[in-house]
Amino acid sequence: MWKWFHQLASPPHFYRISAILSPWLAVPGLILIGYSAWQGLFVVPMDYQQGDAFRIIYVHVPSAYLSMMAYMIMATAGAIGLIWRIKLSHSVAAAAAPIGAAFTFLALCTGSIWGRPMWGTWWEWGDPRMMSELILLFLYFGYMALRSAIDDTAKADKASAVLALVGIVNVVIVHFSVEWWSSLHQGQTVFKKGTMDADMRVPLLLMILGFTLLFGSMLLRRIRTEVLYRERRTKWVREMILKSKGGA
Amino acid sequence: MNEAQRNIPGIFSGLAATTRRDLLLAWKRPGDVLNPLFFFAMVCTLFPLAVGPSSEQLEFSGPGVLWVAALLATLLSLNSLFITDFEDGSLDQLLVSPQPLPVLVLGKTLAHWLTSGLPLVLVSPVLALTYRMPVSVMGVMMLTLLLGTISLSLLGSIGAALTVGLHRGTALLSLLILPLAMPIMILGANSVSLAASNDIYSTGIWALGAYAIASLSLAPYATAAALRISNE
Amino acid sequence: MEGGFAMGDYGAYVWSCYALTLVIVVFSDWRARLRHKRVYRDVEVRLKALEDRE
Repeated sequence: MWKWFHQLASPPHFYRISAILSPWLAVPGLILIGYSAWQGLFVVPMDYQQGDAFRIIYVHVPSAYLSMMAYMIMATAGAIGLIWRIKLSHSVAAAAAPIGAAFTFLALCTGSIWGRPMWGTWWEWGDPRMMSELILLFLYFGYMALRSAIDDTAKADKASAVLALVGIVNVVIVHFSVEWWSSLHQGQTVFKKGTMDADMRVPLLLMILGFTLLFGSMLLRRIRTEVLYRERRTKWVREMILKSKGGA
Repeated sequence: MNEAQRNIPGIFSGLAATTRRDLLLAWKRPGDVLNPLFFFAMVCTLFPLAVGPSSEQLEFSGPGVLWVAALLATLLSLNSLFITDFEDGSLDQLLVSPQPLPVLVLGKTLAHWLTSGLPLVLVSPVLALTYRMPVSVMGVMMLTLLLGTISLSLLGSIGAALTVGLHRGTALLSLLILPLAMPIMILGANSVSLAASNDIYSTGIWALGAYAIASLSLAPYATAAALRISNE
Repeated sequence: MEGGFAMGDYGAYVWSCYALTLVIVVFSDWRARLRHKRVYRDVEVRLKALEDRE
């Protein structure tokens, strides 16, 4: 088992295995998403408070969840790469960033669109979650900007790893400080954290699972590209490409 | 231990030396200190020009405007924290010194705060007067600025270390610092607003103090790590 | 079948969210594939040039 893990960290093995693994994540993921979306949109009964608008939850929550998970992956992979100097780890971090940013953007947009009919504004500065998500977006942008500004790959890896770690602490702090601030100005309870009926909750959980699987396959693809790029001068890449001329 | 080893200056000497050096350098280049201050004053002046001089609006927005201006001015001054040392090779000397790098970094950051944060705190009452801030509130504002600029200098040094020597590092620095500065802004500006409306504001002050202490203990290590990475 | 296409009066909001999700996921995936193809092609071209030179 450990041998398999150890092998996975080797770029050529990872390159091969991820190609095989990716569809096994994507297909079940898409099926789950499709099923949950159908359930969430058409089958689940309407919420008595929010009407049909609450159905946005089925895309908003998974995006927000993924935006944070991607950041955790990015920061953890960066830390592992920094401490144990596993090259592949840095590729994972680099690959997770754009996907995380995309989901953060999506979470912000869907949250804003959901907010409009619910409490009248497109944006609420006092809401801790909205602010934390916005800060997360800036952290992603900063991370990607720093990476592209540093030419040397190894240096970029380490610098962005440090940045990601500093950012983790920051997201937590931002959340609490905004919470304090909004509690002063009549806490706007944005998302009622009430109990959800089982038939509302199940599609949500399935949706989250589906999105996570899809995210996994998207991540694998991007890591593959990273690995290919970073290892472009090695022997195994040369052999692999020359062997399969024309394929991808 | 031979003669040379016994005579290596200790940690506090290192700290004092770097602080003194940066202070001396700032003394020789007063522009570096005065420019951010002028910027601070400028931002505070532009706001009423843009939104109109109605006195209740001024009073209401005073804490916020002053805090934003202070943040922007600090950002401006952070750019030059490591740049000159990077360019003339002194940074490399710092990196190979026998004293621990976090301590030397702390020395530079301390000098930076003394030449940017502290002047801001001292100048702020004058500008606060133009925003019709009552004197009692001014005291709170100066306290929040004091604690806040300490955190800003420390956290900003991390960003400065990450972007030193980068092409177009200035814009990147701002982007990196923004998330770090947000909690400070929120806590600082809102504590002053609370004080202005005679509410309890101590929570914010305690939080700012905690933030400053946490930054003091952790930021130098992050900055040192970032410096080593940027300069390998 | 609850919901239906109007979704109460919230149809525009709900559908725009789902559409946006679809667009962003597809776009992200497309960009990833594009990048992979481009990197692959660049490496292939360079290796071929090296081989031709040998």
